Formats: sequence, C-alpha cells, structure tokens
Amino acid sequence: MAERVLMKGNEALAEAAIQAGCRNFFGYPITPQTELAAYMAKRMPKIGGTYLQAESEVAAINMVLGAASTGVRVMTSSSSPGISLKTEGISYMAGSDLPALIINVQRGGPGLGGIQPSQADYWQATRAPGHGDLHVLVFAPSSVQEMVDLVSHAYDTADKYRMPAMILADGMLGQMMEPVVIGQEEEKELPEKEWAANGHEFKRDHNIINSLYLQAQDLERLVKERFERYEVIKQNEAMCENYMVDDAEYVIVSYGATSRICKAAVREAREQGIKAGLIRPITLWPFPTEDIIKSIPNAKKYLCVEMSMGQMIDDVKLALNGARECDFFGHTGGIIPTPEEVLSEIKKMAGGEK
Amino acid sequence: MVVFEKPKALTDAQTHYCPGCTHGIIHRLVAECMDELSLEGKAVGVAPVGCSVMAYDYFGCDMIQAPHGRAPAVATGVKRAKPDAFVFTYQGDGDLAAIGTAETVHAATRGENITIIFVNNAIYGMTGGQMAPTSLPNQITQTTPYGRDVNTAGYPIRVCEMLSTLDGVAYAERVAVDCVKNVNKAKKAIKKAFQTQIDKKGLSIIEVVSSCPTNWGLSPNDALQWLRDNMLPYYPLGVYKDKTGEEVK
Amino acid sequence: MKDLNAILAGFGGQGILFMGKVIAYSGLIDEKEVSWLPSYGPEMRGGTANCSVCISDDPICSPLVINPNVLIAMNLPSLDKFINDVQPGGIVIIDSTLVPKKVERDDVTVVYIPATEMAEKNSLKGLANIILIGKLMQMTNFCSMEVMEKTIQKVVPPRKQHLVEPNMKAIKLGAEF
Repeated sequence: MAERVLMKGNEALAEAAIQAGCRNFFGYPITPQTELAAYMAKRMPKIGGTYLQAESEVAAINMVLGAASTGVRVMTSSSSPGISLKTEGISYMAGSDLPALIINVQRGGPGLGGIQPSQADYWQATRAPGHGDLHVLVFAPSSVQEMVDLVSHAYDTADKYRMPAMILADGMLGQMMEPVVIGQEEEKELPEKEWAANGHEFKRDHNIINSLYLQAQDLERLVKERFERYEVIKQNEAMCENYMVDDAEYVIVSYGATSRICKAAVREAREQGIKAGLIRPITLWPFPTEDIIKSIPNAKKYLCVEMSMGQMIDDVKLALNGARECDFFGHTGGIIPTPEEVLSEIKKMAGGEK
Repeated sequence: MVVFEKPKALTDAQTHYCPGCTHGIIHRLVAECMDELSLEGKAVGVAPVGCSVMAYDYFGCDMIQAPHGRAPAVATGVKRAKPDAFVFTYQGDGDLAAIGTAETVHAATRGENITIIFVNNAIYGMTGGQMAPTSLPNQITQTTPYGRDVNTAGYPIRVCEMLSTLDGVAYAERVAVDCVKNVNKAKKAIKKAFQTQIDKKGLSIIEVVSSCPTNWGLSPNDALQWLRDNMLPYYPLGVYKDKTGEEVK
Repeated sequence: MKDLNAILAGFGGQGILFMGKVIAYSGLIDEKEVSWLPSYGPEMRGGTANCSVCISDDPICSPLVINPNVLIAMNLPSLDKFINDVQPGGIVIIDSTLVPKKVERDDVTVVYIPATEMAEKNSLKGLANIILIGKLMQMTNFCSMEVMEKTIQKVVPPRKQHLVEPNMKAIKLGAEF
C-alpha cells in the first residue's frame, strides 16, 4: 500500500494528475495556486513530461486546447482572476468537445480581490465558465485526500463525456497540508481517442477540432446533442456526501473547505439535541439536486453556508422548488466561517420553531 | 501526361474565398510543400479566426480551429504533446499581429519548433475591411475612413523585422504572391520553413504579402498593382533571419 | 490535552512554518489526524509568518485555528497579535530572548524560554524553533520522544541526515528547560 504522507493540497493535486497520466501542464503564476505549478516544474522533466510557463493564462488555456486536441491528458491551474482569463479557451474546448482538467484554487474577488480563500467563483464555474450554452464538470473537494481522489475521477469523467472538467478548490485547501495517500504509479490504460488531431497517417479521414458552425441549424443540432449528453451526466454523475441527513430537521448545505466547518457545527448541534444535518455537494455541476429533494420530508428549514455572498444557494433553492425555506450565512474571501458562527445560525433556525 | 493537378494535401472542398483573393494560392503552396516533404500524414494544422478560419476544411491533414490570435499557443500545446507531429499555423494579420501578438512573440522567443504561415493583406477581411495592425499609413479602411492617421492609430507593425530580433526564431522570410516569380519564391520559402521544423531548428515564419481586392475596393489585377506600389515599399521582401545553418542545440 | 490546536508565529526566516511541519509530521507518524495551514502571500516576504497546526484523533474540521490552545510566539508583534485569541487554560510559549514583554493574562499558562540564546550557547544556531518544540512536548506530551526522533529523521532531507543529531539535541534542551 502506498504511504501516508503530508502534502499541501496544491502539490497533491499535481502529483495526482501525474498519477492519472497527465504529462502536459501549462500554467501561469498566481497566488494561491503557485505550488502546483512549481511541483509540476520539478517533476515533469524527470518523467518526460512537459511543464511550460505560458505568457498568460489566455495562452496557457490555449496550449491546453492544443494538447487536448491531440488526445493526451493535460492540465492547467490558476486562481480566480486567472480563471476569468481562461474562460475564452474553456468555451472553445467545450464547443470542440475536448476533455481537459482545469484547477481553480479560488481567492477573493471581484477584480484583484484578495489572495485569501474564497468560494465566490461558484457562479462562474457552474453558470458561465465561458460564453455560450455550455457546462463543464465541476468537482468540489473538501480535503487534500479528496482533491487527490477527484483528480483521476475528473479525468476519467472528462474523457468519458468529452468535455472539460474543473476542480473548484480554494486557498485553504490549496495551501494546507494533510495526510494523504496517493496511489502507486502504474501505467494506466487510457481510452483510445479516435477523434484526436494527431496526424492521420493516411489511415483515416482527417480529424477536425472545431467549434465553428456557420449554419445555424448545424450549430443548434450540435448544441442540442451536447445538452442531451449533459442530461445523462445529470442523471449519473452527481456526487454528494450526506452527513446525518436522514432524520435532519435543519439541513446545512455547504461545499469545499466551508463544509468542514459546517460538519463541526452539525456535530455540536446534535450534541445539544438539535437534529441538524449536512448535505455536501461534491459535484457542483451536475448539482446533486436529488439529494436535496430526498431530504425535504423531514426537513423544516435549510441553511446554505458559503465563503461568498451566496451563490450555491440558487441551486439549493431551485432544488427545493419552494418546498422549504433556505437561509444563507457566509463571509467573503479570507474570512472563514467558524463552527461557533454556524452553530449559532443553526440554533437561530431551531429556536424559530415552536 | 498530367501537367497540373490539385495537391494531395488539399481536400476537394470548394473554398469560400473571394474572386482574386490570394489565400487560394497560399493554400496551394502550403499543400504542395506538404506533399513534397511527405508531411500530411503527421501534420496538424491550426486555423485562425479571420478569412482563413475555414482552412480546416481545405487542408487534408488533421486540423484544429483556434480562438482568435491563439494559434501559436494552440500549436505549442500540440507540439509539446506530440513532438513528432508536424505543426503549422495559418494566420492573418489581425489574428497574428493584433489580438495574438503575445502568443506570437512568446512562441517565437521560446523557439517552438513550429511553422507560422502569416498572410499579411493589411486589412481585416472577414469582418468587412477594418484597419489591421499592418494597414499602411493613410490607408482607407472602414474604421479609418479618412486614412490611417499614425498620430491617432499608430504605425503598422513589421512582423518579420520584429520577430527576427528574437533568438528563438530560426527562419523568417517575407514573400509576396503577386506574380509568378514571387509565387515560386514563396513556395521555396515555405518549403525551407517546413524543412527548418523537420530539422528541429526552432520557429519558422513566412510572411506572405497578399491582396484583398474586395475590401481594398479594387479589381484583382489593380489590387496586385496596389500591393506592389504600396505594400512592398513598406514591407520589403527578403530573408530576415536564417539560423538554419547553425547546429541544433 | 486531547486535541492540539496551535498557532506558531514569528518573523519570516525563523523557521516558523518548519516548526509547524515538524509538529504535524509527528502527528502523522502517531497515526493521528493532522493539518497544517500557513499564512501566505505578501505577509511571507520578510514580515511575520504564522501557521496553524492541528492534531486530533477525529477528522479536523477547521485547519485554520482561530482560538488556539497553544501559542508559540517568536517575536513581539506575533504575541500581541494572538495573545487575546488563546483559549482560557491554554499554553503560551514565548522565546524570551526576542520578546521582552510579560503576558498580562492570568488565565493561561505562560512559559518564557530564551530559546534563541540557548541555541546560540549550545552551537545550535537556527534551531531555536526546535528547542521550542521540545518545550511544547514536555508541557503537553503531544508526542513521545521516540516519535519525535522518527519525525526529525523524516523531515530532515536524506542528504542532510547529519542534522538529525543537533535537531534532537535541540528537542531535548527544550524538553529539559
């Protein structure tokens, strides 16, 4: 069995990608994800891979587009302002049906914002990771180990559905060290990509990686096909952790770093006799709507906790569809909610019931 | 005896280019060079945004359509992932020298082992004739209706001259396709650029001075004459960089 | 002490983050749950450095320690910044070579240890941080001497194994203070 080691989230993401078969990394420095790029810079030359520091995030994502077009596993990482720059390339990749992995170690915004942990890019990741009708797979780990586990799952899922995947982390997860087990290096059999543009060698027709369709009917047909695929993904790929939700009357919904704090608050609430529970979406797109719906019968009220002004709460409310009320508690970038604060919110909810 | 036929590296698709446009000639030269150097099977071409956006339908090799200006970055990704592939971009002046300047300069300075075919016709064609970074002083375009005023719109960029200062560039030549003699020279240049990549010497770029009869508002013949009278004095033809004789590091 | 929730703070260059790593690694070797979270960004460049370290038998909810039960301060600004956050009953360890001030709170256990001076006198220059870990071990028993020895062997790079001995000497100096 592989050894349990202490690793920073950023470095663990990088090593996990290498273990998943990624040999191409294109990045641009930005706090708080820089350790990921530095790790790649150190490792890639030793294993015959490519680490390239691009001239900008825009260039980096387009290098990802180029490498992904050839069918290889490729990765880029950045933090919030850098992801904004990458949205152009993400849209083109979604429109060209290209799998790739994009890491967002979120920091505070808008603008240059701050460099402390934040969850204010939820809307960007799930609603508009680029222009046009599109989605990317969005995974939200809450521990360093889960970051590692989700990397290879994200690659597999991206390959399966031919679309970009994003891991939406934050500065806390990226910077912190936790014990982690990373699987032994073994040559993984990667799926054959018969669509790849890597030289036809006169053995097949020429492959074209393209997102341009000047005939409106062609474009609509393709986008609709893509959305049929999205429906399949919604049915099959949503992931969620339900913590003490079965009999919960007060349900917290929280993801990523914040969910850890909420878990402590839920545990404390239970000790004080309040039936609290936590729904922790692991995929943000597709959103685990079914898990929310299943929790409704016993639930009296919901509370969404985020490190933002309230973004995921939109999806919670859509899932609740008016069946229950949902409150919000959160702070913006850098101010991590405390278990005490969340507990006091739970108590407020519970106290409001006669 | 067959004396003239379509290059194998061109598809049967009918191009969408305007009558008198020189893109057709340049496509043909690129395809002929691919044929002669047996490159099509391992080639990945990168199409730009602009008039030649649909080059992906015309070249028989594998093709990628890049976001506006990003072709050198996309080509970098391809080449790094598949070093044995033959990788070229085909870009216009707006794509390469305006929105994609950073990608161009940095691919060049990294010495990416790719080839750039740069078509300079001093105007944005696809969007209907706006000023390009290479539009000449006083040139009338849709967005410089009183002529390009260098005091407000700045000066044209001479791409070959600029890039030839970078150590990563192995070969840079400016050619034109206004007459048979120059077309032949252009083909030789493209072939040399391709060979530069085959020999792993670094980035090669061929700037092809060409015409846009439609947006210049001239007949095809008058456009070629305008090219000779106005563009060539500003964009002198010739080899700007040639490190192909040097050993590969 | 059931769980360790520590804030370690001082100037950049004093080995604050490394001190945190050593403590976290000892927890890892003890097969406990651990986390280590540094302050990051411009703060690091020559200014103050601090990190949060947690060791627990249960999964760690918040790696960011807001109310520590242990504070180790290696300069005055750090002491001033965090002293009021320490939980009542908590432990405060101060490098008294560098911090001239006395703590006014009487609901915490305060130890003044001239770690920097001790390091210099014992030819252990740069190991004041490790001396402070030794003191923390002695006060809290957060790990055994055997575990610490394994930890030091682990955190010292293979090509610098000659540094294991002085590091262990520093641990023991602190523990015996």
